[in-house]
Amino acid sequence: MSDALLDVRALSKSFGALRATDRVDLDVREGETHAIIGPNGAGKTTLIGQLAGNLRPDEGRIRFAGEDITALAAPARSRKGLARSFQITSIYREFTALDNVALAVQAHAGHSFRFWRPARAEAQLRDPARAILDEVGLGGRADVLAANLAHGEQRQLEIAMVLATRPRLMLLDEPVAGMGTDESQRMVRFLGTLKRRRTMILVEHDMDAVFTLADRISVLVYGRIIASGTPEEIRANPEVRSAYLGEDAEG
Amino acid sequence: MNLRGRTVALVVVLLLLAAVPPVAALLNEPFYLDLFRRIMIFAIAALSLNLILGYGGMISFGHAVFLGVGAYAVGILAHHGIASGYVQWAVAIVASALVALAIGAISIRTSGVYFIMITLAFSQMLYYLGISIEEYGGDDGMRLTVRSQFAGLVSLDDATAFYYLVFGLLVLFMFLVHRLVNSRFGMVIRAARSNEARTRAIGFSPYAYRLTAFVIAGAMCGVAGALLVNQTSYLTPEFMNWTRSGELMFMVILGGIGTTLGPVLGAAVLLLLEDFLSGWTVHWQIILGPLLVLAVLFAKRGLAGLLPGGGRDE
Repeated sequence: MSDALLDVRALSKSFGALRATDRVDLDVREGETHAIIGPNGAGKTTLIGQLAGNLRPDEGRIRFAGEDITALAAPARSRKGLARSFQITSIYREFTALDNVALAVQAHAGHSFRFWRPARAEAQLRDPARAILDEVGLGGRADVLAANLAHGEQRQLEIAMVLATRPRLMLLDEPVAGMGTDESQRMVRFLGTLKRRRTMILVEHDMDAVFTLADRISVLVYGRIIASGTPEEIRANPEVRSAYLGEDAEG
Repeated sequence: MNLRGRTVALVVVLLLLAAVPPVAALLNEPFYLDLFRRIMIFAIAALSLNLILGYGGMISFGHAVFLGVGAYAVGILAHHGIASGYVQWAVAIVASALVALAIGAISIRTSGVYFIMITLAFSQMLYYLGISIEEYGGDDGMRLTVRSQFAGLVSLDDATAFYYLVFGLLVLFMFLVHRLVNSRFGMVIRAARSNEARTRAIGFSPYAYRLTAFVIAGAMCGVAGALLVNQTSYLTPEFMNWTRSGELMFMVILGGIGTTLGPVLGAAVLLLLEDFLSGWTVHWQIILGPLLVLAVLFAKRGLAGLLPGGGRDE
């Protein structure tokens, strides 16, 4: 039907009477950065949860790289190349930064029923992990416990773990949430460098980040996508302005 | 972290344990040989629990069931005239691994308080099974008339030889657990304990890894059960009573969750205190209880955390 990398059709999810996802259609093409924006409570994280396999949709289907993945659980989707970051930083706090990333490398390096060799001595896990830490700018913090990293660094670490799974599609849930201005600018710059090489779905509140990074934007309001298009189209869309951007401008 | 301090502490504890038989002989107090052998047997059991509880985050409240399975395997075979230790222990290991597989396959689908309750329920089921089988002594238990026979290798009737066998097994299991928790496999179960959502998100399905860890721990504890019944020369369902599971849990927590040395320290301190206090008053539990509460409140990383190189393993 469509040659999109991710092809979502009529996805619906309710929590009791609340329709958190309401017949959502979404296409994401290879190489594009697709932002999903919407007011608080619009159902953005619920949507990401269904895409990543953490939540099961009530109806609809999700195709990824031509394959129906609607029934797959999160680990299987990750192994197919769908990687997510969480809105609330999700890392291994009592492991070092390098351990965190090496675990993500390990998850994609065959089964882990290997009981004898120390994993920390395996160059094929540690070397790629080090390279990715360098890439996100945490090279100098490799041996610091993740719990002792600054908030911004923890967000970077989570992106590093996403990258370490060599994803075909990255689902980033508010990557600059809770960051200071400097940190958030640095993160946006970094995501900008990935942009050409990676396909991303970006859920974000920060409009500067969204309009800087996104090739296309979908606007989610009350679980429904009310508009989808280029940043210019979205900016010009009267419905979006009244539902969302307008409020923002006045508030 | 201080790797050297930890290694020194480990070596010191092992040397002390190795020195018990000559010292006991010198003091003419064979009782200490018996006591420390018992401590090491429980240390093996606690070590196996630590693998799933400390590293795997699986709070099993029924771990003593594997002590029971190991002990019953030896006791039942001996009762039917099969005294070969090789056969008995092989059966003990296989039987406890199979029981662990069955219990684990169901319990690991749950988590949190449900996991605790299900493991407790399974262990109580087997406890009451032990009580109900009259042929093997039922409630009263039965004497093990002959200890496991290891022809040409070692005689368990020789108290010192038996002691060093237990010591050797303890060292072996400490080394095995150490390798295991630092391998790829170990990293997965520790990661799943640390952050399950993240672990699933990067592509691990933790269930099979957790179940494997549960089976390994069960088999290891089965060996401790085989040792225990040889130690006491008596088979009783009390080996798998839930209070015993609680004791094992306490040894792990008191000694230091997720450390190599912790379970050994926990077993030693708990059993020594028990021995010391019970020689002093029949109401020793009234004293032991508060001491344990204080230990948990003020030594959050357990006794291993108080040592110079202590704290959680890397």
